[in-house]
Amino acid sequence: MSNLTLMIVLLAVLAITYQLGLVRTRQIAGHNATLRMHSRPHHYGVMVGLWTVLPAFFIFIIWSWSAPWALNQLLIAQLPEHIVNDPQELRVAIRRISNLAANFGIVSEAATWEIQAATFLSDARQLSQTLMLALMTTVAAAGALYGYRSISPLYRARNHIEKILQIVLVICSSIAVLTTLGIVLSMVGESLRFFSFVSPMDFFFGTTWNPRFSTAGVGEGSLTGDQGSFGMLPLLAGTFLIALVAMSVAIPLGLLAAIYLAEYASPKMRATAKPIIEMLAGIPTIVYGFFALVTVGPFLSMLGAHIGLDIRATSALTAGVVMGIMIIPFISSLSDDIITQVPKSLRDGSLGLGATKSETIRKVVLPAALPGIVGAILLGASRAIGETMIVVLAAGNSPSLTANPFEAVSTITVTIVNQLTGDNDFASPQSLVAFALGLTLFAITLILNVIALVIVRKYREQYE
Amino acid sequence: MNMNSNNGSVSDNQLIKNKVAASLARRHRQEKLLRGTGLAAVLISLALVSLLFINIFSKGLPAFWQTSITLDIYFDPSVLQISEKPVQRADEHDNAFRQRDLEWRSEVGRINFNRLISTALMDVLPDAEQHRRHVLRMVTSGERFALRDMVINDPSIIGSTQRLHLLTDANIDVWIKGNIDRSLPDHQQQLSPIVRQWADALYANGTIKNRFSFALFMNPDSRSSLASAGLAGAFMGSLFMMLIVMFLAVPLGVAAAIYLEEFAPRNKLTDLIEVNINNLAAVPSIVFGLLGAAVFIGMFNLPMSTPLVGGLVLSLMTLPTVIIATRSSLKAIPPSIRQAALGLGASKMQTIFHHVLPLAIPGILTASILGVAQALGEAAPLLLIGMKSFVATVSVSPMEQSTALPVQIFLWQGNELRNFFEARTSAAIIVLLTLMISLNAVAIWLRKRFEQRW
Amino acid sequence: MKTNSTLKMKAENVRVFYGANEAIKGIDMNVYQNEVLAFIGPSGCGKSTFLRCLNRMNDTIDQCRVTGLIELDGQDMYDPRLDVVQLRAQIGMVFQKPNPFPKSIYDNIAYGPKLHGLASKKSELDDIVESSLQKAGLWKEVKDRLDQPGTGLSGGQQQRLCIARTIAVSPEVILMDEPCSALDPIATSIIEELIDELKANYTIVMVTHNMQQAARVSDRTAFFHMGEMIEIGSTTEMFTKPNNKRTEDYITGRYG
Repeated sequence: MSNLTLMIVLLAVLAITYQLGLVRTRQIAGHNATLRMHSRPHHYGVMVGLWTVLPAFFIFIIWSWSAPWALNQLLIAQLPEHIVNDPQELRVAIRRISNLAANFGIVSEAATWEIQAATFLSDARQLSQTLMLALMTTVAAAGALYGYRSISPLYRARNHIEKILQIVLVICSSIAVLTTLGIVLSMVGESLRFFSFVSPMDFFFGTTWNPRFSTAGVGEGSLTGDQGSFGMLPLLAGTFLIALVAMSVAIPLGLLAAIYLAEYASPKMRATAKPIIEMLAGIPTIVYGFFALVTVGPFLSMLGAHIGLDIRATSALTAGVVMGIMIIPFISSLSDDIITQVPKSLRDGSLGLGATKSETIRKVVLPAALPGIVGAILLGASRAIGETMIVVLAAGNSPSLTANPFEAVSTITVTIVNQLTGDNDFASPQSLVAFALGLTLFAITLILNVIALVIVRKYREQYE
Repeated sequence: MNMNSNNGSVSDNQLIKNKVAASLARRHRQEKLLRGTGLAAVLISLALVSLLFINIFSKGLPAFWQTSITLDIYFDPSVLQISEKPVQRADEHDNAFRQRDLEWRSEVGRINFNRLISTALMDVLPDAEQHRRHVLRMVTSGERFALRDMVINDPSIIGSTQRLHLLTDANIDVWIKGNIDRSLPDHQQQLSPIVRQWADALYANGTIKNRFSFALFMNPDSRSSLASAGLAGAFMGSLFMMLIVMFLAVPLGVAAAIYLEEFAPRNKLTDLIEVNINNLAAVPSIVFGLLGAAVFIGMFNLPMSTPLVGGLVLSLMTLPTVIIATRSSLKAIPPSIRQAALGLGASKMQTIFHHVLPLAIPGILTASILGVAQALGEAAPLLLIGMKSFVATVSVSPMEQSTALPVQIFLWQGNELRNFFEARTSAAIIVLLTLMISLNAVAIWLRKRFEQRW
Repeated sequence: MKTNSTLKMKAENVRVFYGANEAIKGIDMNVYQNEVLAFIGPSGCGKSTFLRCLNRMNDTIDQCRVTGLIELDGQDMYDPRLDVVQLRAQIGMVFQKPNPFPKSIYDNIAYGPKLHGLASKKSELDDIVESSLQKAGLWKEVKDRLDQPGTGLSGGQQQRLCIARTIAVSPEVILMDEPCSALDPIATSIIEELIDELKANYTIVMVTHNMQQAARVSDRTAFFHMGEMIEIGSTTEMFTKPNNKRTEDYITGRYG
């Protein structure tokens, strides 16, 4: 029986037991004129259904997780010693035996011990499946009986269901936390593996980025010390250079646009222009990358040639300018919200003293909104630092330590992509370095985000 | 002191009036300056939006039409010497029949369908005899499989002549659309002189025509036959991932939001969770890709390059967006609704599920759609879980290797045949943007339709 | 009880429209120099709207249209050639809720004079700040902490700060829109005393929801109802023997 059928059966059982509970409740309620049922009939129905299905479902989950592992252990005990002792061979053998047991074909003739093991495995699987089904049926029946018999006017079915529901909700909301935990733990784990090859000093403060390819396995390279240099500084410099260019495009445009839309624009213009600008935020970054590569880059390069500047088509400038365009709406939208949150009474106070509108904006509204705007800018900067596709396509992928925006650079994100999508062995420092870079990136953006979020939140509370 | 006192003395008032008046010109100039630069910033931003769209659309729209050549293909029985198509016998086991069918298909597959194409081409190309080896350069190489599939589907066409529109080679498309400099010397041209002559001649007499490119939508990616590379595979990959995000991130996010907004006690822990979720929403997408590579592929051994893993990664990425948006639409439901329900004796759970949640659904739906749209456009994390590998089939399950629309765009923009793929990439972008804009339009429509003011 | 009969402001047939809705339905009124004129009436009667017409603060509200004539010293205030910046420097305004800027106390007061270029030297500015704070009766309380934020003061102090801020640009008329409604009784009485002192130098028009306050501080009172001015006259007369039935009903508490 496949898992899907099993789930369908469970659902059917749920529906049936729900009905049973419902009928039983109505019966009891009908007989009992003096005592009112504590909960509505469908609560009792759900209760019976859950008593039946939930324990069985848990057994299924636990079984599905543990049985393959247990079977594997049993299988290994069956295998000849020379196979078990060689991890490589063991992996191959287990795959072959699984395929045999599932009646798939395998390459080359099967050895006798393989056939024996396969027969054992297929029998054991059958047995395990039967055992599981038997256990599930028993537990479900017991649960159904218990649930059915506990229906009584005094039984607080609704409270029990709500408790269960609340637990489910708690589990769901813990997933977000688990994600963060997963990010941190997995990246720290892989980074530690990386730091067993390369010292953190060399990584964080090295000025040369030149990882070789790991073709000949890991061991030899690290023995001879010839595994390339993993200095992160050029990447960090490239990342910040591009972010700087991006912010110097996005801050003036975004902020001025926000000021105009919040303070000067007619409601009609605001209603039209705001969503159009915000569209920029919804465009996939790969599209910006393409735009940078085929349009903006050549244009800037041509412009540079006209005024006697040597601008590469793929450069920090190209990537930065396009990224700046992408970030405009992040800054304008958030700043707009923040500026409109500045209370009208402050504006009135200033205007009432005879200030012009621009004086009111510059001297009262903006200073009052400053913390919020700083928060918006920090969020924009964090976005710029973590952006990937634009830089992959348009930054030129040349890890050099330079402050010249007209040259090609590389960034942390570009390098993560390069190192993990190349033909590197997953366990080599060449691949593992991606996680160390990712951890660095996570830490930088985390700090920016937390500062920004705290500032924005404080600001909102101030005027709420 | 005196200047600031005001006993209605006309001279003092006049003095102040004069000072104010003296400052006016400068102040009004500043006013105009701020207003002007603000307007300029808005206009520049709007101009950038339109520039981006005009640029992509002007590049991409022509790629929705592709040159194809009209040929009368004779399904020559002397070439197509194949046994009869197997039919399942009543007593035959499924597997046995499948085996026979497979053998027959590979028999058909061994036939050189290019001979049919070149025979038909010889008829329409002038001086074809002298340039035999160039003849097949006219039609993209994948079309022979189209003929093969026709025969497999219906062997009875053997012996008949069919008028077919076959896609031309990608270079001919480039040549005819003028996407290459025609004055370049021969050795820099991608096509030999005779093929260029033929292309022009056939285009002039209508044998070669620009037709709507169904290949773009119906075919998977291709590396050998560039003209028939299409988006179908990437589309399926994206579709599977969107479904996973819809059925994973949305319910989980809504449930989490309900708990956090309605049940969670306000304490340090929930505060931490809130900061954590807000921060998670701003974590670079590529970090989620790393998480996917390390956890889903490294630890759980899920298959690489599959929409399953991609969908899981994108779900985690979308989750915070859904949580934040759902919380804010729950917040927007006025407390009076809750108090009314609680006052009638409903439990907290009943209040939320019967009264608050239904009212918040439009907001939740809108946010979910926007979250899904955002996930649809994401490329970076997918690269890290192997979805950039070339897949020449259309996957039919989320467990099969596949690519996704944004990744397909990434792959195509890097293709060496720039002249052809710049347009095709733009066309793919148009498809992606159209999908995203339609999703957004649905979201906006929903919001407008169900918007409620309190 | 008129102390002065020099005409300061004059309104003739003033109407205010919010979109199609007529909020003020033709009001004629004279304001005399150095008097305190109070507007009373039930909420929503248009008294604040009318007050805001007197320094064109209604300009900042979209869809708000004012017709009729309002003059300051015989000059049409709504003349398009007139600069509203100049006008508002002459007619200051204090609002219902204290609204100090999120700046230091000093900068709050110095804000207006700096904008209008009233002081050419730092010492002049210091003088303006000190004298304004003194006139507003706040100097003693804040002179040692001028560099601290104005928002840190108590409500009553904040409102006096706002009054001082208005005085600092040397206006001729001060408009006050329910200046005490957000304050406690003690702060209110301090402000009321202040208004009494200020009228020696300024013409004051105030809106109040509090009839006793009008009775205590104003020379003349105008009663508004449903966008119309029902009655205007000497405060003592209006509170002892009103001419109009509606005024009487309101004063005696039949509605409000």
